[in-house]
Amino acid sequence: MNERAVAFILNGQSREVHVPAHHTLLDVLRDDLGALEVKEGCGEGVCGTCTVLLDDEPVSACLLLIPRVAGRRITTVRGLGEGETLHPLQEAFAINGAAQCGFCIPGMLLTAYAFLRDHPTPSREEIRRAIAGNLCRCTGYVKIIDAIARVADGRAGRG
Amino acid sequence: MARQVLHPPKERLRVVGQRVTRHDAVDKVQARTLYAADWEMPAMLHGAVLRSPYPSARIRRIDPSPARALPGVAAVLLASDVPNNTLWTDVPGQTSEVGALRARIHVLADGVVRYQGEPVALVAAETRELAQQAAELIVVEYEPCAGVFDPVAALQAGAPKVHDEGNLLASWKIRCGDSEAALARAAVVVEGTYRCQFIDHAYLEPESGVAWIDSDGVLVIRVSTQVIEHFRAVAEVLGLAHNKVRVIGPYVGGGFGGKEDVTVEVFLGLLAWRTRRPVKMTWTRQESLLARPKRHPFVLRYRTGATREGELVAQAVDLLADSGAYAYLSALVLMYAAVTAAGPYRVPHVSVQARVAYTNNPPTSAMRGFGAMQMVLGYESQMDQLARRLGIDPVELRVRNALVKGDRLPIGQELDTHVAVAEAARRAWDALGPRPSPSTPEHRVGRGLACNMQPYGRIVWLHDWASAWVGFEMDGSLVVRTGTPDVGGGQASSLCQIAAEVLGLDVGRVSIHIADSALTPLAGTTTATRQLYMSGNAVLQASTVLRRQILEVAARMLETPAAALEMREGAAVAPHGQRVALAAVMKECARSGVSRSALAVYHAPAGDPIDLEHGGGRVFPDYAFGAHAVDVEVDTETGHVRVLRHIACHDVGRAINPQSVEGQIQGGAVMGLGYGLMEEVVLDHGVNLSTLFATYLIPSSLDVPDVEPLIVESGEGKGPFGARGIGEPPIAPPAAAVANAIEDAVGVRITELPITPERVARALGLFRDP
Ligand code: FES
Ligand code: FES
Repeated sequence: MNERAVAFILNGQSREVHVPAHHTLLDVLRDDLGALEVKEGCGEGVCGTCTVLLDDEPVSACLLLIPRVAGRRITTVRGLGEGETLHPLQEAFAINGAAQCGFCIPGMLLTAYAFLRDHPTPSREEIRRAIAGNLCRCTGYVKIIDAIARVADGRAGRG
Repeated sequence: MARQVLHPPKERLRVVGQRVTRHDAVDKVQARTLYAADWEMPAMLHGAVLRSPYPSARIRRIDPSPARALPGVAAVLLASDVPNNTLWTDVPGQTSEVGALRARIHVLADGVVRYQGEPVALVAAETRELAQQAAELIVVEYEPCAGVFDPVAALQAGAPKVHDEGNLLASWKIRCGDSEAALARAAVVVEGTYRCQFIDHAYLEPESGVAWIDSDGVLVIRVSTQVIEHFRAVAEVLGLAHNKVRVIGPYVGGGFGGKEDVTVEVFLGLLAWRTRRPVKMTWTRQESLLARPKRHPFVLRYRTGATREGELVAQAVDLLADSGAYAYLSALVLMYAAVTAAGPYRVPHVSVQARVAYTNNPPTSAMRGFGAMQMVLGYESQMDQLARRLGIDPVELRVRNALVKGDRLPIGQELDTHVAVAEAARRAWDALGPRPSPSTPEHRVGRGLACNMQPYGRIVWLHDWASAWVGFEMDGSLVVRTGTPDVGGGQASSLCQIAAEVLGLDVGRVSIHIADSALTPLAGTTTATRQLYMSGNAVLQASTVLRRQILEVAARMLETPAAALEMREGAAVAPHGQRVALAAVMKECARSGVSRSALAVYHAPAGDPIDLEHGGGRVFPDYAFGAHAVDVEVDTETGHVRVLRHIACHDVGRAINPQSVEGQIQGGAVMGLGYGLMEEVVLDHGVNLSTLFATYLIPSSLDVPDVEPLIVESGEGKGPFGARGIGEPPIAPPAAAVANAIEDAVGVRITELPITPERVARALGLFRDP
């Protein structure tokens, strides 16, 4: 069924898959590569749950057909932090109680990571806007925004 | 965030009351938690469901042979292949003495379909795509029938019958005093009709699970669920002994009542049993939005009478709810609605007539707030209208009429714990501070309040119980086992805190195993705001018994009376400071044959069914009370409403983990704002027009303000350490508070949810209707 060989970098490692061209990056990550840290909430590009970084920019993996990923870099939440060490954002989410059921959190973290990289000292309103594409049904967003602000403040504090 | 302890705890607590980081938090931020869809088995098949495209039709013919002929298809099942095609959703593991409350659902449609999306056939195939493809190859000839899509129409003479027994599914009546006579005498009477809509749980994790048959011949189903006791329902459908089915509940990606009913587990059980292979099924978002039970829409008619001084004298309420095509939990939802319909106020004369009717809409069932939450729009809109008519401050009116401890509800139940209505109303209102000013001349700002009452725990005549096992390992670390599913509210983590508190451990020394029907003592459902209350008490009880056992041994070792010993920092400590580490105590227990574990069953106060109409006593173990106050800004040119501030005050009895309590309040309030302002499953003659996340909108971070929780700790809840459940209560007040604030801002009363810009614009007269 029109299989393609597609090679890309996943969290710093080269991967190659042979899959039908109509498969999405989300299918490939979960079904073929066992990257189960990427979750599926809607499969239609609306909820942000499946967010990954494509060459460092957040995208919805459920909308991306696999040929588009050829030769590019994909980062999932496992690409944050180092080994067992949590990234400061992950730590802030955990300490702050920003993860309730936790299902939206991997996508939320990647959006927050890319946002903070580009906006090191954001206002609360800017954070609110930045995560608007990542739905969360549990937390009411306050603790998520608090966690992101906490990391931003820490960074601003360190100059 | 503001957190004030009203009644400071007397005893010194070390772990309870702390903002403990949940034990599951690190796994969740690293995405190591394996939810239902993250599980796989070798040589696994994939399941798919064929669903009815019609809301009402007769099935003339089904031909599964084209699907069966497709290579890679392992099974195609129809109703005739299901050993027992009726699913009984009574309250699992409890008494079955609920009569008409038992709900029947067909596993697969048999001859008739009654709603769009009703399951008609099941397929298992080698891949997901193949299963889907095979389902589409099944030939079904339907003969569309007349349907009924509105509960009012459903109860009219000559309406098409959804079920042979007729369209009235259940009705309840409550009578206390003589409301008609009192209304006739009242100085003022306000009347209102309010409507609320179908909404979806819209948890981020769609329904999913994997089933297999283990080496002992037991059917094992690992499924995202709030109720592991559904193993019994699966066994009944398959005609198996109950002990041949096991349900494992992983951490749930949100439930909100939507995973209280059976979802994929019975389909998985059927397919795995038939094929003798592991099977996985995950519903797409579209399928979930199409076919899952929704929250009940209600038509609420209220008449409220008061004296000139603003003393309530009578409330007459007529409720009509839409059950959709099957009963599910509708009769129970209706009972919650009826019992709380008069609100948290002292009203001497009350009458409630509540009915729920079958229609050919999607079924409705449990959702956070379970009938009690819909009523808030009714009673709190009435209170504001009354305040306006009488020229009394809305807070003052509520405070004057608020229930207090010792009062009786219209059903005759005496409130025997702290009732925080008046203080919650005052505190939420005062916390708003000075009124904000509008952002442009076209905007108006308004302020609104809504109080609520929500039962926690099950109806007492269900004789509710929960059990837990607590035991030490040889190194002095602790293991807790309990059937409790954790749906994201931190249920498991709070139980660890309770055990750690009693046994003097750092919470990091406690590990917990939850939600496995074969290996963890059953604890009932994670619903009805009951787990902190029920499993919390079970863990408290087991820990207390274990503590006594252990201290007897430690006392011998320390040559001190057990009563003088303390447990702290993983040791038993004598008054003079001499201590013995728990590992040493465990060794001594093992040597002397003293058990290092305890199993406890907590039985909630139980009671016999009461006749609601004639009153006479307790229906629920206890209630939680709260109040929300909001500032809103209304755009008078577009009707758009923005919530500027939102204060949510609740009496939680005791905050076991204040961080989790705040999270429940904030998340619940935002879900309540979604209900109030934007969410709606739109149906056109039973056809669902909201089957995409692009059409079923839930609040994003931009749609809601930062909800500010105010926690009251009365210490009088019936849970451990005086806690009461907080899962459901915060969802209820927002819609009414916003409606009240809108009237304050622009002088129009919105009586129908959701309060969309269009509805507000219409009320403001911005549209000219022909
Ligand atoms: S799953 Fe991709 S955006 Fe929802
Ligand atoms: S934590 Fe459950 S959806 Fe965000």
